[in-house]
Amino acid sequence: MKVSYRWLKDYLALTTGPAALAEKITRTGIEVAEVTQMSAGLKKIVVGHILSCEPHPDSDHLNICQVDVGQDEPFQIVCGAPNVTTGQYVIVALPNSRIADNVKIKKGKMRGVVSMGMICGLQEIGFADSVVPKEYVDGIFVFPEAIEPGTEVYEALGMNDDIIDLDLTANRADALGMHGVAHEVAAIESLTPHFENIVVTESDVQTADQLTAQVADEQLAPSYHLRMLQNVTVQPSPMWLQTRLWNAGIRPINNLVDVTNYMMLTYGQPLHAFDADALMGDHKQIEVRLAKTGEKLTTLDEGEHDLTNEDIVITDGHQPIALAGVMGGLNSQITADTKNMIIEAAVFAPTAVRKTAQRHNLRSDASSRFEKGVNVADVQTALDAAAAMMTDLGNGQVTAGTVSPTNLVPTDKVIEIEADRINRVLGTEIATQTIVELLERFGFGVVNTDNHLTVTIPPRRWDIEIQADIIEEVARLYGYDNLPSTLPTGDMTTGALTTEQKALRQTRHTLEGAGLTQAISYALTTPEKARQFTLVDSALTVLDWPMTQDHAHLRMNLITGLLDDAAYNVARKQTNLALYEQGRVFLKQAKAQVRPTEIEYVAGLMSGERQIKTWQTTAVPVDFYTIKGVVERLMATYNLTAAVDYRPTQDYPEMHPGRTAAIYVGEQLVGFVGQVHPAVAKEYHLKETYVFQLDLAQILALPTSSVTAKPAPKFPEITRDIAIQVADQVSNAAIVSAIKAKGGAYLCSVELFDVYAGSHIDAGKKSLAYTLTYLNESATLTEEEVNLAFEKVVAELVATFDAKIR
Amino acid sequence: MSLKEQLENLQQKSLQDIQKVVDLDALNQIRVEVLGKKGPITEVLRGMRDLSNEERPKVGAFANEIKRDLAQAIEARKAELEAKKVATQLAHETLDVTLPGQPVKKGTPHVLTQVIDDLEDLFIGMGYQVVAGYEVEDEKHNFEMLNMPANHPARDMQDTFYITDDLLMRTHMSPNEARDLENHDFANGPIKMISPGRVYRRDTDDATHSHQFYQMEGQVIDKNITMADLKGTLEYTIHHIFGEGRDLRFRPSYFPFTEPSVEVDIACFRCNGKGCNVCKQTGWIEVLGAGMTHPNVLKAGGVDTEVYGGFAFGLGIDRFAMLKYGVDDIRNFYLNDVRFLNQFTQEG
Repeated sequence: MKVSYRWLKDYLALTTGPAALAEKITRTGIEVAEVTQMSAGLKKIVVGHILSCEPHPDSDHLNICQVDVGQDEPFQIVCGAPNVTTGQYVIVALPNSRIADNVKIKKGKMRGVVSMGMICGLQEIGFADSVVPKEYVDGIFVFPEAIEPGTEVYEALGMNDDIIDLDLTANRADALGMHGVAHEVAAIESLTPHFENIVVTESDVQTADQLTAQVADEQLAPSYHLRMLQNVTVQPSPMWLQTRLWNAGIRPINNLVDVTNYMMLTYGQPLHAFDADALMGDHKQIEVRLAKTGEKLTTLDEGEHDLTNEDIVITDGHQPIALAGVMGGLNSQITADTKNMIIEAAVFAPTAVRKTAQRHNLRSDASSRFEKGVNVADVQTALDAAAAMMTDLGNGQVTAGTVSPTNLVPTDKVIEIEADRINRVLGTEIATQTIVELLERFGFGVVNTDNHLTVTIPPRRWDIEIQADIIEEVARLYGYDNLPSTLPTGDMTTGALTTEQKALRQTRHTLEGAGLTQAISYALTTPEKARQFTLVDSALTVLDWPMTQDHAHLRMNLITGLLDDAAYNVARKQTNLALYEQGRVFLKQAKAQVRPTEIEYVAGLMSGERQIKTWQTTAVPVDFYTIKGVVERLMATYNLTAAVDYRPTQDYPEMHPGRTAAIYVGEQLVGFVGQVHPAVAKEYHLKETYVFQLDLAQILALPTSSVTAKPAPKFPEITRDIAIQVADQVSNAAIVSAIKAKGGAYLCSVELFDVYAGSHIDAGKKSLAYTLTYLNESATLTEEEVNLAFEKVVAELVATFDAKIR
Repeated sequence: MSLKEQLENLQQKSLQDIQKVVDLDALNQIRVEVLGKKGPITEVLRGMRDLSNEERPKVGAFANEIKRDLAQAIEARKAELEAKKVATQLAHETLDVTLPGQPVKKGTPHVLTQVIDDLEDLFIGMGYQVVAGYEVEDEKHNFEMLNMPANHPARDMQDTFYITDDLLMRTHMSPNEARDLENHDFANGPIKMISPGRVYRRDTDDATHSHQFYQMEGQVIDKNITMADLKGTLEYTIHHIFGEGRDLRFRPSYFPFTEPSVEVDIACFRCNGKGCNVCKQTGWIEVLGAGMTHPNVLKAGGVDTEVYGGFAFGLGIDRFAMLKYGVDDIRNFYLNDVRFLNQFTQEG
């Protein structure tokens, strides 16, 4: 809502200036987006009187004008506007003036003819296209009456007014009219607003004889009123009215339509005007009803609409003539030839208006007011005021009486509240008398009976409904800045992360410690990406009405997000990547499951070099064992009771069939780690890329072991190295497990320290070397004990794997 | 030359040799030569048998004295030479300490996570619990229980990603307040909770809009919670994040789930209140919305509004991060360009 400071002064004896008032309004409850003055930044723009206008000899569209700009001699100005002609009073930007967007105008030549400035259209001095009267949109603006040449144009065009732009919240539709704003400012400034009394002079013709109206269902239009005007003259509105409209962001059209808009701005009550002669029949019949499927209406903006049976329409008994509360029909609009007209003031069902405006993409000043509600007490007042002003500006006669098929009787609301409750909620100690005074400033009636307040709310504040609303009114006028500042007291509570929350944080810290940076990707993705890299079978969750197909499906894995991130980085030459993401996937594993189960996962991605080339070291590329090391480190932090086991798998079609391990804890599958299938990586424009993905929720639910401290060993360890040659397909895990099985009581660790295949090794064979460490925690081990144990291991390896000891 | 004189000469000469020697091996040789059994002192002392009984002990004592002196001189010289040797060695070992160290890799937590962790720690310190909730919510918790009944404008399809008529991607973190109210037993004490998490809006992604972003809601419900408590809590939070000295402005506002409602602005970072492009000439930047929990919300959660009341607040994590670090495009948070992510290395 753009509020004219001058207009406000019609109602209030304001002493606070516009900027200071704006800050007060903001702090009291309605945020002011900005305060502007249209003339700001403009310079040397004056009224000019065109004395003569001759075609330019070297142009088919330019004219050479002699313009009286209030100086001794007329100025010669070349003008290209199609509507320029002798005798007009126009806007002239003098040489060295400044017009909109900080553009400077200088004396110049146009096709060889000197031009002392420019004759301007309204857009050129800062007006929006949308508010410029239609006849001046493509040309210069012409003042409707003579103004002393040389006078600055700002005053005549309303550009010196301060416009306070209110950013209204949904509940404050009462301030969508100047009267409502005046009440609000009156409360802030402790003033009393004064409004003009409206008197309508009626003719002898009875409205009811000319017109009948009905509302099919009272719910559609609980208050519906029509007046009629006869023998009106359609003409442009006076400048004062036009300037008020365009300062409020509304385009002046003609005197009759302008009055309906002016009353909407005054009372917040949208009005509509029909050309009575455009309606069918001699006796006019207006009906408010739901549209029938198949009915059509062309609205004022010339848009054609197929109506639905949820749209409320106004009809003339035969066909729709308006979309109720949204926009009128082209078939009944006020034209230059209109003689007789009908004005409508109503209250329409808010939700229906909102949905109709949405459905037909027709949000208007009227619909935005109807959907938030209007002041029931001012419906008839706005109608009367419009009729009165129309006869002032357009002659004609108002017929006698209002046709009102439905009517809402405005009633006050009464809210009871203890003064003490207000203070208890606010944490204040405001005296009851002060509370009463604060509420009275809003124009509410207050009766104080032993600190029990009976507050009477007029209909214009339909947002006030419950005690909490009263508390807010007191608080905001008292000033939020004046409230004390404390912290909650009362029963102690303990704040702490849950075990799961701690584990999630620890997971992140471990991965960061391993060099992985946290990524946060989009959870909504394409169906293809949602389905890739899934740990378990699951149905897809799909948005009903997505914004784009790229973000229409809920992810069922975290890896595709990381691959997208990697692709984004690689495209920007960032190829050494170590990323992880911790977040939820959305799975529907049960039959007919509708609401997906949200499961915490963690995934990682590594590619490029794990160690970059430095002056001391050579570059080392990421490989399977790099990322497996990260996973092993991470898994170790969970202290799981069961052993973690990595088993070769070909179950994941997006993964390299020979370089992927399924991760088991005991016999429970919790994730996988490996290389992305080169074909899949290629789809993402990636080279060799390694990933892992773990079902964290499942891991965190597994049994854990707590640590019981042991002293550091007192006796020395003894180590034995062994290198064996075995067939290629024998796995390290099998060998380690065999060593451990036969290692004896003192074997405490088996570490692989070399893997080799190639020259000196038989084809199809590989060599593995291990260090076996023995320790007796209660005595010094003897060589004999170790040798004995070691020989058993050697024998086992030879027997089981046909190992050749090297 | 008397024996004594011989000894004196010997001493003189040996001392000179010791001072002249420059390496430890040579010094050791001198030690063996001078002090050894076959050395000159021993040689001289052989002549003692020709001395009188009276003189013999004197010369003997003198000889021992010289032996001791020389031994000391050798030790001193040895220490000197060793120090020199170490110094030479160290000089030889000198490195260019300006060469870079071996890189130690450390991943960076996402800047949004850093803001969340910071807020979580702050509120945990004030006795709050952290609640997670569901990203896929139902209408009941996302809207209905929060005083947004059917046909409420906030429920329009335009703004919400619906999955079915009843299921949707949560549009804010407030559903967790409703869930907490629903489940809480006040016999266990008051409600003090925060809930940071991911929310979704049906928006086209651009510099200031994202279809996915993060919010944090919080609420306190107890017997005597006041709006002053809300104000104090918000001041504490905002000052913690944005710095102590920053001016705040509390402005009445409207949310369906709170009454009275408030929005909090902080003095603009760039212009500190004078007005600039960042604050759209207002001097203020909005950072947070809050209010006293609406009675309809309490009632929907089965809370007795005669006994209990409290406050709720909500803030945008992305917005906080953008303001705190001067990020001008929200998409940066979700594109995961490592050059962007890795600059936020200073945690907390």
